[in-house]
Amino acid sequence: MWGPSCWSFSDVRVITRSASSAAHQKVCVVGGGPAGFYTAQHLLKACQDVQVDIYERLPVPFGLVRFGVAPDHPEVKNVISTFTQTAHHARCCYYGNVNVGTDVSVEELREAYHAVVLSYGAEGNRSMGVPGEDLEGVYPAKDFVGWYNGLPSNRELNPGLDCETAVILGQGNVALDVARILLSPIDELKKTDITQRSLDALAQSQVRRVLIVGRRGPLQIAGTIKELREMVNLPDTKPEMVASEFEGMAEALKVIPRPRKRLTELMLKTAVDPPAEKERQRRQAASRSWGLRFLRSPLEVLAGPDGARVAGIRLAVNRLEGTGDGSVAVPTGEVETMDCGLVITSIGYKSLPIDPAVPFDPRKAIVPNSLGRVQQAAGLYCSGWLKTGPVGVIATTMNNSFDTAHSVVEDLTSGCLDATSAKPGSTGIGPLLDKRGVKPVSFSDWEKINQEERRRGAAQGKPREKLLDVEEMLKTART
Amino acid sequence: MGLPPSSSPTGLRRAASQSSSDNKVTVHFVNRDGEKITAKGSPGDSLLDLVINEDLDFDGFGACEGTLACSTCHLVFSEEVYEKLGPVTDEEMDMLDLAYGLTDTSRLGCQVCLTRALEGMEARVPESVADIRQTQDITMGMTMK
Repeated sequence: MWGPSCWSFSDVRVITRSASSAAHQKVCVVGGGPAGFYTAQHLLKACQDVQVDIYERLPVPFGLVRFGVAPDHPEVKNVISTFTQTAHHARCCYYGNVNVGTDVSVEELREAYHAVVLSYGAEGNRSMGVPGEDLEGVYPAKDFVGWYNGLPSNRELNPGLDCETAVILGQGNVALDVARILLSPIDELKKTDITQRSLDALAQSQVRRVLIVGRRGPLQIAGTIKELREMVNLPDTKPEMVASEFEGMAEALKVIPRPRKRLTELMLKTAVDPPAEKERQRRQAASRSWGLRFLRSPLEVLAGPDGARVAGIRLAVNRLEGTGDGSVAVPTGEVETMDCGLVITSIGYKSLPIDPAVPFDPRKAIVPNSLGRVQQAAGLYCSGWLKTGPVGVIATTMNNSFDTAHSVVEDLTSGCLDATSAKPGSTGIGPLLDKRGVKPVSFSDWEKINQEERRRGAAQGKPREKLLDVEEMLKTART
Repeated sequence: MGLPPSSSPTGLRRAASQSSSDNKVTVHFVNRDGEKITAKGSPGDSLLDLVINEDLDFDGFGACEGTLACSTCHLVFSEEVYEKLGPVTDEEMDMLDLAYGLTDTSRLGCQVCLTRALEGMEARVPESVADIRQTQDITMGMTMK
């Protein structure tokens, strides 16, 4: 019915757009990750008269699907095909390389669109807040993951991997991913889309032992069974657990729901049960080890003799008050030290405010909202981790985004957004960007980058070799 | 799936088996609105294949395209049907464990294959998380994979 209505500044050809019959309701989505794409998808399906424009800071789309999901979990990235279909929808347009907050403000977007959905996720880190956190050799997990996944801002991370023991604080799936990438055989990693740079670094790595440390007990671990099983089955590694940390678990197993029960059973089996002969031999031959440690909170990261690099970590020993998910770690007064040359903090991502005009709750680090409607800001919505905090897998984000889209649709149809008055949408924003020297990257520009990455990857037997540099991405986009 | 028929994900349309209509297995899906949707598939097709091939409109169903990397093809069955569905691998259980509203008769649709014995079976598409208040229900504090 309508021709494609996307246009890009990168080339002079303007793809035909039928101005008078363009979709009347204009919605803009800020952030081109899963939350943004799922929100757009749902809006397009629910409203036949809506145009959805997705703005993304980087030239390349897909957010954490590209930069967060582990390289050895390619199936999780299959959602990219549904996002690609959404981007190709006649009433959807992708504008990469646009930084909302600096290139264009949220206020300007709100003037140009009937509704603005913020889905820019969580780009910050929760810090431990302990002395020594700034020593060399201490990295937030988000940055370490960004490094091996080719996030441009982490490409120079160059983590030091010339120590034997790494300690990871936190026991969620990100922590388990990091442990697995640190200990995976290089022959496995080299077939993935892990960056060549990090592959080379890992090939030289001296890390042989990874301890994954949590504040609370085995029943509170936030990771899930698939990731734990991958550690248990990781070639050339053996588990190194402290059996006494699992005392009393067998009793607790009787009363917990199946998911938690199966996870705990796997931990118990790995930590406590004597292995079958074949497994015993496998463990004996293994050159690397990993373990979970419980009831430990970081007190201080300790420097070695040079005073600049981490050599150990001092931990408070905790006990648990309460049971189950609600239990709380309380320090006992006892203290312990672990020697290590690499510390990775995997204690949570954190959303950051990008525009002073947007309400932000600094304590919860989310945009305050009800069902995705930003409080005290008609026409402003949020979805994904910005809405609920940085917890959940892609499917969680999908449902969360569908809910926000539902709120937007309700408001568009109920009349509480002034959807009948015309808004310019991208024709209002384009000139502003142009004046400011910002050149958006279209989805077909991304497809050129995609093709180049796949071409480079094919030469190495990998699905892709990611471009690490925004300038290089832009150059490829303009060819 | 929320997308027009021409744009189903690639890789899931199996080559149609050369079967007459006798060879088809009827499945009654009950969607999240309680509506009954009847579809026919060939023996050997998974329930996800059926949903894709027949363009059944279940929001967000089958996000990982049948690769056991999500739980969005979660379906719930009666006890009687569940018993006939065959064994569940650890790999499936591991992902099923993350499904919202998990029951004792839940399976992932991408892992359940049609057989003649399942003729006329009913499969309910359960609620996914409906709003922010329900995220507190999730007993496993899931973090990004």
